Amino acid sequence: MSTKTLPERGDTHERSTARPKRSAGRRPSVLRDTARGRQARAAWILAAPFLALFAAFMLLPVVWSLLMSLTDTKSADLRTPLNVSFTGLDTYVRLFQDEQFFHALRNTGVFVLVALPLTLAAGLTAAVALDRGIRRFRAVFRVGFYLPVITSIVAVAVVWRTLLEPRSGLVNTVLGWFGIDGPAWLADTRFALPVMIVMAVWRNLGTVMIIMLAGLQSVPQSLMEAAELDGAGPWQRFWRVTFPLLRPALLLTAVTTGIGYLQFFDEPFVMTGGGPLDSTLSATLYAYNQFGNGNYDMASAAGYIIFVLIVALTVLQFRLLRDKD
Amino acid sequence: MSTLSTLRTPHPGTDRALRRRRIRRTWGQPWLYIPLAGALLLMITPFLWMLSGSFKPEADIRRIPPVLIPTAPTTANYGELFSTLDFTGMFANSVIVALAVTAGNLIFCSMLGYALAKLEFRGQRAVFLLVMGTLMIPGLVTFVPLYVLVANMQLTGSLLGLILPFLATPFGVFLMRQFLSTLPDELIDAARVDGCRELAIFARIILPLTKPALATLGIITFLGSWNNFLWPLVVAQNESQYTLPVGLALASSGQSFTRFGILLAGAVVVLLPVMIVFLLFQRQFVAGIATTGLK
Repeated sequence: MSTKTLPERGDTHERSTARPKRSAGRRPSVLRDTARGRQARAAWILAAPFLALFAAFMLLPVVWSLLMSLTDTKSADLRTPLNVSFTGLDTYVRLFQDEQFFHALRNTGVFVLVALPLTLAAGLTAAVALDRGIRRFRAVFRVGFYLPVITSIVAVAVVWRTLLEPRSGLVNTVLGWFGIDGPAWLADTRFALPVMIVMAVWRNLGTVMIIMLAGLQSVPQSLMEAAELDGAGPWQRFWRVTFPLLRPALLLTAVTTGIGYLQFFDEPFVMTGGGPLDSTLSATLYAYNQFGNGNYDMASAAGYIIFVLIVALTVLQFRLLRDKD
Repeated sequence: MSTLSTLRTPHPGTDRALRRRRIRRTWGQPWLYIPLAGALLLMITPFLWMLSGSFKPEADIRRIPPVLIPTAPTTANYGELFSTLDFTGMFANSVIVALAVTAGNLIFCSMLGYALAKLEFRGQRAVFLLVMGTLMIPGLVTFVPLYVLVANMQLTGSLLGLILPFLATPFGVFLMRQFLSTLPDELIDAARVDGCRELAIFARIILPLTKPALATLGIITFLGSWNNFLWPLVVAQNESQYTLPVGLALASSGQSFTRFGILLAGAVVVLLPVMIVFLLFQRQFVAGIATTGLK
């Protein structure tokens, strides 16, 4: 962590606790020690409040959740959460025997595989258009494209449900102008999940765009001019010069967006409740439903499976998008 | 600028090329504005629809085909929203919870962030890895034990149950540490030489310099808390603890869903404050997102 580490100089006796990381040659060693002691004490005083809250509301639940998944904890144990019996991997076995869980995993997989590339592509396109394409009104477009990111999913769900109303909604009205008889969207097993993918892209492309814009602005102008002098066209310049430089930023957004998408929950929870016929049931929603039904063990186990998937996806993305050289 | 471009244009006859170049310099690629404007319209259509719907009388809402501009704009939806549901109370709850959570994160995350970025102590690396390691853990993994914990602390009946679990988040530490590492060490060393105490250095010298990072973290945390939905829905036991999203969600799943106008007015009440906050502070917000790469 420390960038201040200097090579140790002839440190002598009375070395008590920590190894010296800094040599402040002028001062006597006793003073140096107490100075470091003061620093460490201050550091722990500053760290203590956060760490106390963190231990109680993050570390404890993470460990507890794992233990819960290995026991038969139900909602009846709410007031006596320690009075449960250890059942080993039984919960996980039952989880993997549940066809509904696989169905939920498949929906989540489809959602991530379609929505993630679409979001990245849309965000990157918007960023390139704003950075390279236009000069005026950039702020207007940037704010407009980013606006959906900051919105409450509940409020957005209400609005989208009215937009998608089969008869009086705006979407089917517009489709009607072109002679298309729009479906019932959220009530149709074929369209409910795609609607949520579109909604997720709409809500998240702004984040990708902002990060890509920052990346694009850090590409040195001289590099682009050199490529232009060498006869590279705009298309080549983008894919051969700009894109490789954007790679780290793209990787970061892919990972963070992927983590969010694997936990896909809000949209089906507030818009369809997982229906129709489980067509929008996500893995996280499955886990939540288990919680709602009082099966705390199953909910925790499902949560841990999703966690493992998140780690796997993250590792995979680092492999895929890592610098080739 | 016009003389410059005249000088640079070697062939005086190409007047059109000159003009095209000037347009390009001020506007970029003019044709791009058309697809971009179309995309912008698509992106903000839901908001326009929401706003217009919230002022529509019931007759307009049921109209087929729908109209975008209300024929007889009315504020009846808002009136009914605040009279049938305790939206004022929910609004107050949302504000209280968001302010408390924001204050907690600003204080605790900047403190730990400073210790991690600028102080040396044993276990520093372990603390850092432990806190950052939890960034990847999905909310649902901690959800169930957290609920059991808060229920046993008898906090499900109070706003404290909505606040406590979110007072100190790893993301805030990450952001503050990133920012604080960019401050020069000499500043701190100089203060030490002058005999300034360690905690005073943090409070009097460092904190005032972190205003931009604090602003970013504050806005992100406030918005996150304002929009937080699942936890308050599960923990809040009666209407006196509901936050706005909880109230709106329950209203929309209940019998009144056919009353689109009221729900859209509710959506406006939920969205408008964050939109105003965002538009006022969008510079800091965007800068924060761009530097951390996280939402």
